Amino acid sequence: MKLPLWFHRFGSPPYVYGLANSVAPWLGGAGLILVAIGSYLGLAVAPPDYLQGDVYRIIYIHPQTAYVGMMAYTLMAVSAGIGFIWHIKLAHAVAVSAAPIGASFTFCALVTGAIWGRPTWGTYWEWGDPRLMFELLLLFLFLGYLALRASFDERDKADRVSAVLAFVGIVNVPIIHYSVLWWNTLHQGPTISRLDAPAMDTAMLVPFLIMVAGFTAVFYWLLLRRLQGEILEREQGTRWLRDFVRGTAA
Amino acid sequence: MSELFAMGGDGPYVWSAYGITLAVVIWNVWSARARLKRNLRAAESVSATDEPTRRAKVSQL
Repeated sequence: MKLPLWFHRFGSPPYVYGLANSVAPWLGGAGLILVAIGSYLGLAVAPPDYLQGDVYRIIYIHPQTAYVGMMAYTLMAVSAGIGFIWHIKLAHAVAVSAAPIGASFTFCALVTGAIWGRPTWGTYWEWGDPRLMFELLLLFLFLGYLALRASFDERDKADRVSAVLAFVGIVNVPIIHYSVLWWNTLHQGPTISRLDAPAMDTAMLVPFLIMVAGFTAVFYWLLLRRLQGEILEREQGTRWLRDFVRGTAA
Repeated sequence: MSELFAMGGDGPYVWSAYGITLAVVIWNVWSARARLKRNLRAAESVSATDEPTRRAKVSQL
């Protein structure tokens, strides 16, 4: 399969490094401002829930962190697949950069979910609940991917072998999403992504969506910064990097 | 103000969840920055000696 020409520019480390360097601050700024506004609206302005009282306010961070984890996994698997098929090293660099971010946000989703579960379900954790189990599996897939990479001395080999694991594991992402529809679970069904209108009051929906946008921007900001570090690590000793650091040092 | 912290008795749940999320974001920022800085410094030291690191390491053995 032939790739379009513009695609090949994204295979050039200096080009991507420079692009990331100019885009990242905007994403970071926008993300942090949105998260600050969303947190303020969610914690202080939005009304309490008629059933759950104030504890429902975890809804402004818990689904968002879970969604970042799933987005990170999808991005990781797709770029690892692209790197594997077309032998693009930068695609592997993107995959490696997404993994620790995804792992930490998935961990965060599990912990905030447990904290929310205690007052509402009467338990921190329920073994056998499908969504909880598949979300835990997502964390293990991230950690397995990172551990597998660490077991290779050669980076090329680590890239190729871990890409297979990443790609196979992507089947877990739609399972997490649909788990609340396919099985009986303590976890509530979809609130926002329904065919009819979202089942949430506007005063709650606005901060919810602001937080989704904010966490998305924060994720891509972190991804680009990590990618820059990863590019530098892979490009040590190359001419462009030598010229680059001399140019900035002078 | 104290009402905001109490969260109608749910304060410990709500604030610990937000605190952990904040900690995760801070860790991510710190870790990405540290990695970028470390590799920039490594590139600078290579550029100063003007020798490719990979070969230099082998010859030192």
